[in-house]
Amino acid sequence: MALSKKTLIHMYETMNKIRLFEQKLQEFFAAGEIPGFVHLYLGEEAVATGACSALTDADMITSTHRGHGHLLAKGGDLKLMMAEIFGRSTGYCKGKGGSMHIADFDLGILGANGIVGGGGPLAVGASLASKYKQTKDVTVCFFGDGASNQGTTQEALNAASAWKLPLVFVNENNGYGISCPQCKSMAVVDIADRAAAYDMPGVVVDGNDVLAVYEAVSEAVKRARNGEGPSLIECKTYRWRGHFEGDACTYRCTEELEEWMAKDPIPRFEAKLVEGKTLTQKEADKIKESIAKEVAEAVAFAKESPMPATSALMDDVYA
Amino acid sequence: MENTMSEKTYLQALNEALKLEMERDENVFILGEDVGQFGGCFGVTQGLFDQFGERRVMDTPITESTIVGAAAGAAAAGLRPVAELMFVDFIGVAMDQLFNQAAKMRFMFGGKTTVPMTLRMPQGAGIGAAAQHSQSLESWFMNIPGLKVVIPSTPYDAKGLLISAIRDDNPVVFLEHKLLYGVSGEVPDESYTIEIGKGEVKREGTDVTIVATSLMVHSALEAAERLKADGIDAEVVDPRCLQPLDKDIILDSVKKTHALVVAHEAVTFAGPGAEIAAMVAEEALDYLDAPVKRVGAPFCPVPFSPPLEQFYIPNADNIVEAVKSLR
Ligand SMILES: Cc1ncc(C[n+]2csc(CCOP(=O)(O)OP(=O)(O)O)c2C)c(N)n1
Repeated sequence: MALSKKTLIHMYETMNKIRLFEQKLQEFFAAGEIPGFVHLYLGEEAVATGACSALTDADMITSTHRGHGHLLAKGGDLKLMMAEIFGRSTGYCKGKGGSMHIADFDLGILGANGIVGGGGPLAVGASLASKYKQTKDVTVCFFGDGASNQGTTQEALNAASAWKLPLVFVNENNGYGISCPQCKSMAVVDIADRAAAYDMPGVVVDGNDVLAVYEAVSEAVKRARNGEGPSLIECKTYRWRGHFEGDACTYRCTEELEEWMAKDPIPRFEAKLVEGKTLTQKEADKIKESIAKEVAEAVAFAKESPMPATSALMDDVYA
Repeated sequence: MENTMSEKTYLQALNEALKLEMERDENVFILGEDVGQFGGCFGVTQGLFDQFGERRVMDTPITESTIVGAAAGAAAAGLRPVAELMFVDFIGVAMDQLFNQAAKMRFMFGGKTTVPMTLRMPQGAGIGAAAQHSQSLESWFMNIPGLKVVIPSTPYDAKGLLISAIRDDNPVVFLEHKLLYGVSGEVPDESYTIEIGKGEVKREGTDVTIVATSLMVHSALEAAERLKADGIDAEVVDPRCLQPLDKDIILDSVKKTHALVVAHEAVTFAGPGAEIAAMVAEEALDYLDAPVKRVGAPFCPVPFSPPLEQFYIPNADNIVEAVKSLR
């Protein structure tokens, strides 16, 4: 698939945006400045970026508890995200949602989700609405290897297939559900094999290769737009950090982590772009610098923003 | 054998109860997400995997329906499972298995089976975990015939009640509060039980009864100390279980003090306080010198941002205010 220079550079920017945004979060979490839980996406940037690059603004996504990457890849605003994660009134959800509950319906982001497997049924509903309204919009449901075992996920796969919904299931197989390795929670090696049970295509891709993810998801999106129903794309990847910040992560070995860090999706894509003369190394460095600046601005925005007033507590309970 | 006591946290007390019951009864086993080597989401099952192995401390896939349903099935088949959900908030995923299966099996099958399972679930706000990880849902479970609902406030109660829950032949919903895990107190090293359905007077007083559960027991005790300075002598009653509810301990206290405040972290509307207030109105209205007051959370989801979350959680100030409003 021949991609325009603009798309390629956008992908590169997105991956770096996720990386730098999260590295900042890591720092501030360690400094005790962020309340609650933070689940980082570091190492998995190619999945969200590849998948969302195959979508338009009108297409929708359902995200997970590890949602920052999906949100940013779908166009989420750095400042509003940062402010939300810091619990400020200027954040996406006025400080009421936090890291696990950020949404932007204008961008088709139907929300990060604190319930593992919670997104499947929501994605069925969203894609059902597209079909019903004949809009041609597609929904992508992101879910983890752990989430793939939830009844809700299986129910969603089944319903989407039975109803031929414009839905693409993007599985982020990072090998673990918190401490539980995949081999202990399921007998199959490839989650994509489960697609057969629902009579839909099941594809395994290298989740650290942004172009491979993009191609597989684009193909599935095309099918979905043409009314041919859902697909299941399994992206093999790895999370660098513990399940959440503060997790000592004693359940996996350093060798495994090092092996995957050597497959860092960002330098890998950067080398490809430089080699293919889409970017010079200097331009690549400039992009990173400018994103670092944007992230710093987002932090400043968050920190300068006020905490929500307690008088706002009861707002928005009912429409 | 003489009972030895030592200072333990609520978390350690729970861990000890599990360990002692597993040593005592081969049929007791644990299942849940990350309960094995990892030691459980909040650390309650720590060390048990090393002692008892994976047959008796089972990591499950992330499937709450299966955790609850498998516990019910295993219980009906003769085991005594102790299942853990990481957060009470996830019970929605498994509600059918709890209220249509586990709670009803015995009744529906004409008493042909018992379902001796314990379902441990942490609840409560206060750690910035936001709307889907912070709720207090005890009133859901109180409303389901067939379940017992235990909600301990101290390390001593936690240990004795968990042992009783495991030995009970019914499905017991055991609600822990995240903010209590680190609270410590004197706990016997030996095994002991506390009767399910028996409350305790945590502080004696003559002027007003404060019925409180879980974390709110501690807020009520703090409130009682402050009220003392104003010349009000409050009695704090902890029912410890909501189903069955120790009506006598509440009625006896109200008959003595003639005033009632109920405090819990669940939302006030249709919360446990509604049941307790109605029960007192039905059975001891003539003893009341003032209307019953309820202290609970406002009717909104739990907010994320710290100032909002702190504002949301009922506290000693709210209880003091409620008591003073009776005058
Ligand atoms: C219904 C439900 N059960 C359990 C949890 C606790 N929990 C949060 S994330 C997680 C692991 C999810 O694993 P996976 O789906 O593979 O996603 P990953 O964290 O690897 O991105 C668990 C068990 C939850 N949030 N919701």
